This record gives sequence, C-alpha cells and structure tokens, in this order.
Amino acid sequence: MNSIRTWKTIESGPRDYQEALHPVAKKNYGKWHYHEMPKPGVLKHIAESGDVLFTVRAGTPRQDSVDLIRRMCDIADKYADGYLRFTVRNNVEFLTPHEANVELLITELAAIGLPVGGAGPCVSAIAHTQGWLHCDIPATDASGVVKALMDNLIEDFKNWRMPSKVRLSTSCCAINCGGQVDIAIVVKHTRPPRINHEILGNICEMPKVVARCPVAAIRPEVVNDKPSLIVDNDKCMYCGACFGACPAMEINHPEHSKFAIWVGGKNSNARSKPSVMSLVAHNLPNNPPRWPEVTEVVAQILAAFKKEGRPWERMGEWIARVGWKHFFETTGLVFDKDMIDSYRHARTTFNQSAHIRF
Amino acid sequence: MIKANNGNKIEEVTSSQDNTFLNPTPMLDELENGPWPSFISGLKELAERTRKPILRGLLDQLEYSYQTKTGYWQGSLVTVHGYGSGVVGRRSMIKDKIPEAAEFHTFRVQPAPGLHYNTKMLRNLCDTWEKHGSGLIALHGQTGDIMLQGIEEAKVQECFDEINQAGWDLGGAGAAMRSAASCVGPARCEHACYDTLKLHYKTITHFVSEIHRPQYNYKFKFKFSGCPNDCTNSIFRSDMAVIGMWRDAIQVDAAAVQTWIDKNSIDSLVNIVINNCPTRAILLKKGTMVIDNKNCIHCMHCINVMPQALSPGKERGVTLLLGGKNVLKVGTMGGTMIVPFLKMETDEDVEDFIHLSETIIEWWNDNGFDHERIGETIERVGLKQFLDGVGLEASIDMVTQPRSNPYYKSEY
Repeated sequence: MNSIRTWKTIESGPRDYQEALHPVAKKNYGKWHYHEMPKPGVLKHIAESGDVLFTVRAGTPRQDSVDLIRRMCDIADKYADGYLRFTVRNNVEFLTPHEANVELLITELAAIGLPVGGAGPCVSAIAHTQGWLHCDIPATDASGVVKALMDNLIEDFKNWRMPSKVRLSTSCCAINCGGQVDIAIVVKHTRPPRINHEILGNICEMPKVVARCPVAAIRPEVVNDKPSLIVDNDKCMYCGACFGACPAMEINHPEHSKFAIWVGGKNSNARSKPSVMSLVAHNLPNNPPRWPEVTEVVAQILAAFKKEGRPWERMGEWIARVGWKHFFETTGLVFDKDMIDSYRHARTTFNQSAHIRF
Repeated sequence: MIKANNGNKIEEVTSSQDNTFLNPTPMLDELENGPWPSFISGLKELAERTRKPILRGLLDQLEYSYQTKTGYWQGSLVTVHGYGSGVVGRRSMIKDKIPEAAEFHTFRVQPAPGLHYNTKMLRNLCDTWEKHGSGLIALHGQTGDIMLQGIEEAKVQECFDEINQAGWDLGGAGAAMRSAASCVGPARCEHACYDTLKLHYKTITHFVSEIHRPQYNYKFKFKFSGCPNDCTNSIFRSDMAVIGMWRDAIQVDAAAVQTWIDKNSIDSLVNIVINNCPTRAILLKKGTMVIDNKNCIHCMHCINVMPQALSPGKERGVTLLLGGKNVLKVGTMGGTMIVPFLKMETDEDVEDFIHLSETIIEWWNDNGFDHERIGETIERVGLKQFLDGVGLEASIDMVTQPRSNPYYKSEY
C-alpha cells in the first residue's frame, strides 16, 4: 500500500480558522461591543465600529447527510456570504450583516425542515452521541430518542416560553457522553453483566478488566476449563465500565437496560457554581421507536419549571430555591430510596442539619 | 429536486416515487413523523439517491437494533499510514445477516476552532466523503470532531489522503491527546477575555503528534471558553478547562445602565440583577447599581443581563481548571482551579501556557495509572502532591475552604 501512495501526510492538526471566518467577524475580531436577541433564534451583535452582525440559529438532526449539508451551504451562499458555523449543541448558525436576510434565512431554513430557535429562554437542541447507529457500547439509540423528544418540545425550542435556558442531553450508557445539563436522559443498567466465558479469555486483557471495576467486583476464575472472569453480583452496581474494556462482559440487555432521568446540571458559572445532576426518575423502559414514557417525564418536569422558575433561574437553581421536596410534589415524580446516594462522597448529599420544609 | 427534510413533506415525496432500493424499515419510519428534522428521512433520501449498499445495510441494521433493542457494532482497529488514532473502527456483529454494512468505520476530522466554516471547504469535504464513504456526517461529535461515518477499510487510506490534501487532519482517539473545542470567541462575542480560537489552534498544533499517536494513560482534552459562561462546557467535559477571566473592575457604562433601567424598570434591576448576584456584591444606590468589585466572583450574571451596559474588565487573561471528566468510573468530576489567573496576550504567554500543560501531562504520565484521567490521579494522590510535582504554588483560590480534617503531614 505504501508504495502506491503519492501523498505524504501533513500533520496539520485543527483546520485553520482564518479562512472560515465571516468577513464582518474577521474585521471586528475581538472588538464586539454587545448583543441583543431581536427574536427567538436570532442574535444581533454590535461591534465597537458600529458594524452589525445578525446570527440565525437553527436545529439540525446532527446525523446529517451530505445532501442536507449542501442545502445548508446553498443557504449560506445565498444569504450569509458563504459562511456558517455550528454550536456545541449541534445547531447551525448563519451570519449576515444584512437585516433583510434574517427573515429570508428563517423562511429558507423552514423550507428544508430546519427550525429556527434554541437561543435565549427556551429549550436548546439536545446534546447527544451515537447510540445504535454507530456506537460499540450503547443500550439504546441516541438520535431516535432525541428526535422523539424534540418533536414534543419543538415549540419550546422555537419560542421563549421558559424562565431561562433549558439544556437537555441523552446518553446511551452510564458514561453519560451527553454531559451535565438541566434535564438528562441516561441509560441505567439494572443487572450485572452476563459473561461470555467461551470467548472472554481470547478477546479480553483480563488484568485490565479487573482493574477497570470501580468497586473491585471482578476476579479471575477458571470456568469450564477456560480462563475467564467472574463478577461478585452483590458488589456490582451495573456501571458497565468492564464492558468498555471487554465485549464479553455483556452489560446491555433489551429489557433490563432502563432509562433514568436526571436534573439540575449546569456548566456555566453564572450565579451558582457549575453543578452535577441528581436522579429524579428511573426504571423507565427502553421503548423504541418513540420512547413515550421518557418524553412524558421530561414534559412533567418542564411544565413545573415553566410555571415556577424565575427569569434567568436555571433548573438546578429553581430547585435549590424551592427545595427538592417541592420539586417532587410539583412535578408529580416520586422520591424513593434508590435516589439516596450510596457512592463516594454520598455523605455530602445527606441533610446534616435541622433544616426542613413542612 | 429539493426534498424537505421534514416528516410530513418527505412522505408526500416518497409515496409518489417508486423506491425499490431500500428494504422496509417500519420502526425507523416512525421517526419520519413529527416536526423536528428527521435523521431517518435524511438517511433514506441519501441512500435512495446514491444507491450505496452500505447505507441500505446501515438502515437494515438500525431497524434490527430497534426491533431487538440491541446494538451490533463492534470496535476494531483501523488506521491510516503513520497514525495510531483518528479512525474509529466499526464492524458489524451480524454481517452474516446484514452483509452490506459489515464495515462502517468513522473518521474523526478536526474542524477549525469555534466550528467556523466557509461553504467551499464544507462542500469539498462532502464531495470527498460521498466519493469514498457513505455520505453520512455527524456535525459534531461530543468532543468536537467532524464525524465522517461509514467507510470500508480498503478505502480508508485513499479517502484520508484526499481529505488531508484539502487541508484537514484527523482528531484523537484512545489514550491520546484529543481534539479540542473552543467557543465562538472574539470572532463574534463581546465577552471573550482572550483569543480562544488562536489558543486552541496553537495548543493543539503543538500537541499534534500526541493526537495521532496514543501514548498517555488515557485521554486528555482541552476546551477553551472565552468567559466564565463556559459555552464549551469545559469544566465538566475537559481535563484542562481554559476559561477567560479578568481581574480588574467590571466596565460600567453609566448612561447605558440608566437606559436599561428606563427600559426595564428599577424593579427588574433589583429582582433580576442585584438579587441574583451570588456574593451580594451589587448595591442599589441613588437609583443605580454600584458594584463591589473586590467581592465579585466573576460569575457573569449581571454582564449577561446587561451586555450593553456592563463588560468584563480590561486586565484580561485565563483561569485554568484541571481534572474535569464524565461519569466513568469514579463519578463526574468538575475541574479544579489550579491557576487563578494567567495573562494570555503575547506569543510568550501562549508558549508559557503550552509549557505548563506539558509539565502537567508529564507529571500525569509519571504518576497516573492505566485508564486514569488526570482528575482521578489528583484525587488519588492529593492536590498538594500534584502542586509539588508540577511546581505550582498553593492558593486559597484552589479550594472552597481550608482543610476540615486534622490528619495531615507537614514539613515543619
């Protein structure tokens, strides 16, 4: 193969950004004064020079065909001088100094099926990963769950109906690629891995698998005359860390891999510190193709937040103000003993005070 | 003919056409309904147009996953000449049943910092990818790579050479330096306290060999956010969070403050701005706001609410937080502040930052275990030991409070 190669690799790293910047962004680089949000999904940035740059933000399927990307490029060529960018939440943004192009962009984006929104006090597009479409360790699909959820939430994406921004994510295993957000949908396994002793010794580096377990529940054992591993089922808390190291530790199960809902995560430092999420619902079925049980719980939580949250207050900040007891009452979700933390630092989540709401 | 990528419209189009290429996918078809753009409609349209068997196989396998609630991709080793990472290998476990997508490997391609594109570079990438691969692209992976999904191993090298000639390079995978992410930065944000795009570009260009050749304990990620709003989610998502910071007073345009009050009312100033200040560092005096900058913790809230009236100060730089990561195995960890403030203006500042990063990574290579992120290593051996190891001075900014437990060793 080497002999027929005529190209010598250039290890260039990230793509150079200079050629990718909109000319108005380049001209006013580092010299922006302030911004406004004229309407949902539209930003207006004003530079010290007086230059104005409008941004129109639209949701995408994230798993894009080249056809869809070319259509985005057509729109960018027509109305945004041939430039576009993406956000960390899979939205596409078109930049233009011409106010007249804003409505044209919104119309043309709607024509190719991309809704404008996701900026300001609204539900943002969902951060998610691959799932069954392409991942090697998922218990569910990501894009499908997101599609089902956003079909329900699209009006909250396109309009300013929330007290503050609401960020969502989905994750197809306990690793939680989706990250810390206001509402997260994360797979929760509920059984120890089923171990394929026939192949384990041949395909897995056993000491690495043993070391991977955070609760030391895995140990070597000869099974049916073959070197293999066994799991102490009492210790195992079904995290699936071993499965990433060894496909013979089959943690995924069509019925016993469930969904859990977590709330109150936040990455920004605004007001409160960045925060991690808490478990508020679990044992929901993995129910393709539209996961109705999951979308219903998310709707319950959003309805309560929409009603009670104050301007600029994120989900976790609202809960910190009104208390977890009220959160469960107002959402109709039920607190149970599995929601008491039992892992490292669990003590920091216990109420070691006489503070109580009646 | 341009097809709408929206569930209702695509139905009209497909029902009027004789589509014989794809096999029935009744469960996936459910995801063509509803108003949000459908990845299934996009995939089906692409498959019908290009008649690529690999796409038909992908849809068949995904339908089978939906029916059996099981995934069927297996990781495997695929690479390009000279690199140890950047291609994520995927082989089907059910290729006997569905042979057309037996291989569906992915390129991780590094975009420009800030995810800025011109249409020429994006169209060019689409053309190359349609020629060699499936035509399916995720924009973007959670770490920030362009994910070109679906190519056979035999075509990998030729495709990479073409991508590389067009100016793209692969991202990281495995126990390596990973592709970085940066916010929109000074290109379009008034809050950017440093040049996120430039620092991203310079840092990752420096570590480019470590991206392509996994040699660490585990992954290492940089993320660059221009201000404490942290739009790249760096604190929970990266080993090294580089966050824009200022250390003088918030800039106040008194006239613009008054305009804001006139427009929004004094009640809003009190309820939305002053009462939400986490350290009560803003007072209402004579009908306007007065900021106690000494007690400001740089949270960004008041600046976010009043961007025309308030701006970050003039003495700007970065704050470094080290050790963020997601759940596996010890639970989610936020990054810990290890450098409260670092100037980030000159090329020398950039070099100093890169040098410090190298020292930190070297310490981690020496002290970390296999599959241990640097945050886990620091938790295991101690923050004090880490600071000694890399030669950083301890600072009260690194902790929320001094030690509360009495068991420690000191060099008296």
